[in-house]
Amino acid sequence: MQISVIQFPGSNCDQDAYHLFATGLRAPTKYVWHKEKSLGDADLVVVPGGFSYGDYLRCGAIARFSPVMGAVRDFAARGGLVLGICNGFQILCEAGLLPGALIRNACLEFRCVTCELAVQDSTPAFNRAALGNSIRLPIAHGEGNYRIDEAGLARLVGNRQILVRYASNPNGSLDAIAGVRNEQGNVFGLMPHPDRAFERFHPSRDGIAFARSVLAARFPELVRGGARQSA
Amino acid sequence: MTQAPLPPNPDPVLNRAITPELVRRHGLLPEEFELIKTRLGREPSLTELGIFSVMWSEHCSYKNSRPLLKGFPTEKTGPTGSYGRVLVKAGEENAGIIDVGDGWAVAFKIESHNHPSAIEPFEGAATGVGGIIRDIFTMGARPVLVTNSLRFGDLESPVTRRLFRGVVAGIAHYGNCVGVPTVGGDVYFDRSYEGNPLVNALCLGTLRHDQIRRGKATGVGNPVFYVGAATGRDGLGGAAFASKELSGESAADRPAVQKGDPFMEKLLIEACLEMMDVPGLVVGIQDMGAAGLTCSTCETASRGGAGIEIELDRVPQRETGMNSYEIMLSESQERMLVIVQKGREREIEAIFEKWDLHAANIGVVTDTGRMVVSQGGLVVADIPAASLTDEAPLYRRESRVPAGLAASQAWTPGAAGLADAGPEAIRSALPRLLGHPTIASKRWIYRQYDHMVQHGTVVGPGSDAAVVRLRLGGAEKFIAISNDGNGRYCRLNPHRGAQIAMVECLRNLACTGAVPLAMTDNLNFGNPYKPESFYQLSECVRGLADTCRFFDVPVVGGNVSLYNESPEGAIDPTPTVAVVGLIEDESHITRQHAPGPGLRLVLLGGAPDELGGSQFLGIVHGLVTGDAPRVDLQAEKSLGEFLRSQIRLGRIGAAHDLSEGGLLVSVAEMLFAEGSTLGARLDLGRFRALRADALLFGESQGRAIIAIRPSDEAAVLAGAGQAGVPAAPIGDVDGGGELTVSLPDFSTAWPVAELRLAWETSIENAMKRPGLE
Repeated sequence: MQISVIQFPGSNCDQDAYHLFATGLRAPTKYVWHKEKSLGDADLVVVPGGFSYGDYLRCGAIARFSPVMGAVRDFAARGGLVLGICNGFQILCEAGLLPGALIRNACLEFRCVTCELAVQDSTPAFNRAALGNSIRLPIAHGEGNYRIDEAGLARLVGNRQILVRYASNPNGSLDAIAGVRNEQGNVFGLMPHPDRAFERFHPSRDGIAFARSVLAARFPELVRGGARQSA
Repeated sequence: MTQAPLPPNPDPVLNRAITPELVRRHGLLPEEFELIKTRLGREPSLTELGIFSVMWSEHCSYKNSRPLLKGFPTEKTGPTGSYGRVLVKAGEENAGIIDVGDGWAVAFKIESHNHPSAIEPFEGAATGVGGIIRDIFTMGARPVLVTNSLRFGDLESPVTRRLFRGVVAGIAHYGNCVGVPTVGGDVYFDRSYEGNPLVNALCLGTLRHDQIRRGKATGVGNPVFYVGAATGRDGLGGAAFASKELSGESAADRPAVQKGDPFMEKLLIEACLEMMDVPGLVVGIQDMGAAGLTCSTCETASRGGAGIEIELDRVPQRETGMNSYEIMLSESQERMLVIVQKGREREIEAIFEKWDLHAANIGVVTDTGRMVVSQGGLVVADIPAASLTDEAPLYRRESRVPAGLAASQAWTPGAAGLADAGPEAIRSALPRLLGHPTIASKRWIYRQYDHMVQHGTVVGPGSDAAVVRLRLGGAEKFIAISNDGNGRYCRLNPHRGAQIAMVECLRNLACTGAVPLAMTDNLNFGNPYKPESFYQLSECVRGLADTCRFFDVPVVGGNVSLYNESPEGAIDPTPTVAVVGLIEDESHITRQHAPGPGLRLVLLGGAPDELGGSQFLGIVHGLVTGDAPRVDLQAEKSLGEFLRSQIRLGRIGAAHDLSEGGLLVSVAEMLFAEGSTLGARLDLGRFRALRADALLFGESQGRAIIAIRPSDEAAVLAGAGQAGVPAAPIGDVDGGGELTVSLPDFSTAWPVAELRLAWETSIENAMKRPGLE
């Protein structure tokens, strides 16, 4: 198994994502610089949080033109697993790899709090049976207000593409959506941070189970033993 | 010795005679101008005058405070064990460095951005964070946390709300984007800061001993590189600006406030740390903060005993037609000066190309001891580097005890005829105290700060001290940090008030289980030319120095911000103090929230019995008077050691110190864990002889409350007896959701939910009121 964490200029949760997988899941993990045109061998590409390119213009709007994003697009088109966290989610939406868009929080302020998330039954590996009814993950964003048009929302619901919803909506997201996947089930994105929920002193260790449920689309044996078990 | 004048400046605007009026407008005294002429052996050019004015400002030269600061201990005098040694002393470099063991160290420092924040709160506060982060990574350290000490006027005032909202948003903007968690701080609201808020930002970084870098220019012929953002006209003369009193005209100074770009800073951090990791590539490095290119060149030259020659045509510029005065004094942000090993220029250029940043070779190290600046092939400034730094003037200002201080210190509630609080007064006072913005939950602030990035935050904002796990190579270490500084105490008794700032930090650390390593301080005072202000400054410095020496906690550096005055007068004298400690074992990390019902509460240090300077007096009686609480350093030391010993023995479920608001506020705060429905029953009948208001709301020092298992009570009390720490069981934590207090003559009770509501929503509700946006 090889996890690849992309580093854009301005990524600042790259180490958090790295350690979620390298320390929390003890999976082989490496960084990939945004100027690379190839991902090499990767089983999961993580687009981490931060402020890529300063989030100038619009969150994720510049990062999607980075050379490495071409490789990520090809990788996803071939069915490769991609996970976008926070700014990574924004980038994947901007790149068209995930539906919808993220705008400023309804409160117009940055929010850093730990949120209760209602797990949705989305895939054979990402569901309440694997993760429990709810998980707790921190959020830290100023632009996490998820938006999509009516038809798009209907598709998300109909295809079970919603991964997690906020129990108490912190940012005004439509339908309290905190994370979604693409229709094919290989590209995942969410605003909350599983990469801040894996150490013994974190608000929860639900990030580990979350990451396993994502990886399980490719490595089903990961959840067979129970995703909630820690590494 | 008379020197020949410089050739005419390429920009004719700069070729003017230096008039007394120009000297005055540069904030220099006539005698200082005479000194400049002596040092140069000729009349200065206008560019040179600008250079002297910023370097001889208080912000850069500490000319009014340096003689006092010499009283600070900068090294440990006692033995150091496996950690705690001072590796780089205060004053030697941009920040001091302390050994944390196993070949690793921490660098930290606090710095003010008060005046810029008063004019332009968002950018002022943001660039304050950016500046202190640069001070840390310039030492070779990776920034791992920031905290801040903030002071504002009354939150009822729309002007205060505008400043408060802007400062918090600015700190959030910069810290969140740059990816360094804001893990804690302290905030006070008091009328004395109306119009002159205090914004002190602290950064801490980690590094291996072999990664320590110096701000020294050495090695004749070594190239001088300019890296980072291009230079513009922003922040022109910011350092001199920071040393003037604020007036109604200050808004016209707006171009003197810099604009920050945290994205650029993030790139600069990564590029600089990558560059410093290449063995032998970097000879010296310094950030361009206050006084920009001027300060970084003359300070590196002066420290290295060398000279520096730079050519301004090679400085990256984002505006056209900038003259030498503007380029030398610009305070554009996110820039660094790097002295590189000759012959290895290509290596640094390659690293900065990777990060898409400027790296311009702008000059060379010389052996002349002079800072020589040229533009368009002509010399525009030629100054002995040391005359700008070590040889800046030093003053010992006149000092006078403020009128009325002795009378105020003699005040006692009894003599003043202040009736003790009865049941009703006590019943209503507690929610009022908990709802006062100074005491209330600061959640409105810290939920805007990313306090979790880098995933090492163990205890975040809202606790006695923040605790952060450091990942150091393969090892883990836990450090704690606490900020404090009560300006009201310092106004009532500067020496004691400063001591209290320090002992409260130490108490906070002890409650968390940490052993103190070192302190950094930011001295925020009024105009030092006013003898009362200078008295406050010198007494506060003496109080801090005494306390540091007593506890053998060295000072690693800090900052002085004078001239904190608005048309209403000077601020309360406010030394903000931060102490960093090390927690030897993860299992020692102790929190302030009672973990569950059934625990016994034990008051350590005896019962509070003073009212002077308390929040209770201010909030309930509208009085700011009395003496600051008494300080007994030995008692504080015994308390700290006792707390740590009991924590090591695993006997302490929660610990919280007594500070603003006193005993009941502390107990209530111990019940405020998120989602908790705890209550407590206190029996204070044994403290019969005391005034109820002083007992419940007094702010006597040297006290803490611990929550322990009842089965440990005998052992804890015996241990306290041996340690000479007064200890009294005062009640139990239960699951009843009520706080009940029994006094000798009556009892009173509050639903904890009602207290929590007052505490949790106060600032949030205040900020919903219309402001001046």
